[in-house]
Amino acid sequence: MSARTAPRRFLTALQFALTLALVAFLVVPVVMSVLAGITVNYFRGVASGLTLRWLTEVWSMYQGSVWLSLEIALATVCITAVIGVPAAYVLARSRSRAARVVEELLVLPVALPGLASALALLSVYGGFGAFRSSMWFIVVGHVVFTLPFMVRSVAAVCASSDLGTLEEGAASLGATFTQRFFTIVLLNVRPGIVAGALAVLTLSIGEFNLTWMLHTPDTKTLPVGLADAYASMRLEIGSAYTILFLLMTLPFLVAMQWLGVDPAGARIARRVKTRKAAQNETPGVTSTSVEPA
Amino acid sequence: MHDLTFPLRTRIALIAPALAVFVAFWLLPLVALLQASAAPDGHASAFAAYGAVLTNQRYLHSLVSTIVLSLAVTVATLALSTVSGLFLARHSFPAKRLMVALLTFPLAFPGVVVGFMVIMLAGRQGLIGAISARLTGDKWVFAYSVGGLFVGYLYFSIPRVIVTVMAAATKLDASLEEAARSLGASPWRVFADVVLPALRPALIAAGAICFATAMGAFGTAFTLATDLEVLPMTIYTEFTLNANLATAASLSLILGFVTWAVLALARSMTGAAVAATA
Repeated sequence: MSARTAPRRFLTALQFALTLALVAFLVVPVVMSVLAGITVNYFRGVASGLTLRWLTEVWSMYQGSVWLSLEIALATVCITAVIGVPAAYVLARSRSRAARVVEELLVLPVALPGLASALALLSVYGGFGAFRSSMWFIVVGHVVFTLPFMVRSVAAVCASSDLGTLEEGAASLGATFTQRFFTIVLLNVRPGIVAGALAVLTLSIGEFNLTWMLHTPDTKTLPVGLADAYASMRLEIGSAYTILFLLMTLPFLVAMQWLGVDPAGARIARRVKTRKAAQNETPGVTSTSVEPA
Repeated sequence: MHDLTFPLRTRIALIAPALAVFVAFWLLPLVALLQASAAPDGHASAFAAYGAVLTNQRYLHSLVSTIVLSLAVTVATLALSTVSGLFLARHSFPAKRLMVALLTFPLAFPGVVVGFMVIMLAGRQGLIGAISARLTGDKWVFAYSVGGLFVGYLYFSIPRVIVTVMAAATKLDASLEEAARSLGASPWRVFADVVLPALRPALIAAGAICFATAMGAFGTAFTLATDLEVLPMTIYTEFTLNANLATAASLSLILGFVTWAVLALARSMTGAAVAATA
C-alpha cells in the first residue's frame, strides 16, 4: 500500500506546483503592471519612488474614453434587455422547430470573429456619415454580439421556473397577457436578467475586436484608448491606464463572483440545464464567449 | 402545442425586435460581405475569387500559421488545464477559493490587455528579460515574436479551459477510479483509461472554444505587433492599409468558416454532453 501511495503523493505535489505556476503566470504580470503604473521610473525600478502622476496624466488624457465606454455599455445593456428578455421568454416557452432555428441564428455572431462582423457592418452602414461617426455605430455592434448572452441567461431561468403553470393559473383568474408578463414573468426571471446584464456590461466594456474597426477619432472607447497608449506612450502611462481599466471592471467581476456567474453568463445556465438536461436545446459549444481575445 | 395563454401572434410580436436587430445589423451585413468578397476584380466567378485568395502565397502562409499556432495553443492549454483543473476539483485546501478566483480573474481581459501582460513578462523591460540577464547575461525578449503570441494566447485560454475542466471533474464518479486502483492500475493507467475518457466531451468542447478564440484573436496580435502575420492581422492590414475590401472580406469569411466548422464539429462529436459542460 505505502509503495503505491508514495508516487501518488509525488504526483499530487507536482500538480500543486503546476497550479501555483499557472496562478503566478496569470497574476504576476497584472501585479507588475499595477506597480509600473505607480512607479516614478519603471526602468530604474520601484526604488525610484511611487507616484500618482501617471494616473492623473492618464485621467486627463483619456477620461473621455472611460465615460464613452460606460455610456456604450449602458446603452448596450438597456437595448439587449428590452429586446432580449421578451425573445428569451418566447424561446424558452416554445417547443417549435422555428424557435430552435431562431435560437441557433441569434448565437451566430458569437462564433464569427469580431473582425468579420465589423467588416460586414462597415460594408453596409459605413456610408451613413452621421450614424457611422456616432457612438451608436459601436452600440449596434456590441448589441448584436452580446445579445446571445442576455438571451441565454434569461431563457435558462425561464425554463427552470415553470412559468407555464404559473401563467395558466393567473390566466384562469382573468389576468391579461400584459399583466402576466409584468407581474409574473419579469419578476421570476430577474436573476437571469441580472446575470445576463453583468455579462453584457463586462463584455461591452472590454470589447476590442469589433470596436477597433468601428471607432472613429471621436468615438474612442477604453480598450481602443488602451491599444493607443500601449503603442505610443511610455510604459508607465500604459500601465496606469491598465490600472484604470482594472478598477472599472473590478466591481462587475466581484458581483459576478458573488452571484456565481462566469463572465460568459454560463454558470447559471449550466446549473439550470442539468435540471432539464433531457430537453437539451441550448447550443453548447458556442455558449462560452469566443470574443474577448 | 397550442397554448391558450400564449397565442402565436404574441410570440411573434415579442421576438420580432430581437430578430429585426439581428437581421438588420448582422445577417444583412454578412450577406453584403459575402457579395463584396465575391465581387471579383477580373475573376470569372466567386469561386475563382476565393481560389485566387487561397493560392496567394502570403495569405495561405498567414492562414496556415494561424491554424498551426491555434492548434499548438489548444494542445498546450488542454494539457496544463487538465492537470491543474483535476487537482483543484479533487483537493480542498485553505487557499483554494482564492486560487480559483485568481485563475478566472483574467477571463474578462480584452486581447489588448493580454498583449500588454505579455509585454510585462517578455518585453524589452520585462520580467523574464531581467531575470535571464542576471542569470545568463543574456536578455531574453520574445514578446514581439511567435513566442509572445503563443504566451498571450495561453494567457487568455487557460482560465477558460480550467473552469470547464473543473466543472467536468467534479461530476466524475470517484468510485470508478477506486475500483481501477484496487485492481492494481498505476496512476497513469487510471488517468488514461478512466479519467481521460470521462473528461473527453468537456475537453473537446473546451478545446474547440479555445481554438476558435485563438483563430480570431486580434487584440493580442495588434498590441504585440509581431513579425508573424496571423490571419486577423492580415485582414486588418488588407482593409486599412491596402483598402482592399474584397480580399479582406473573403479572408474574414474563410476565418469565420474555419471557426464555425470547428465549433460545429465539436458539437456533433459530443452531442448533449457539450451543452452540459460548456
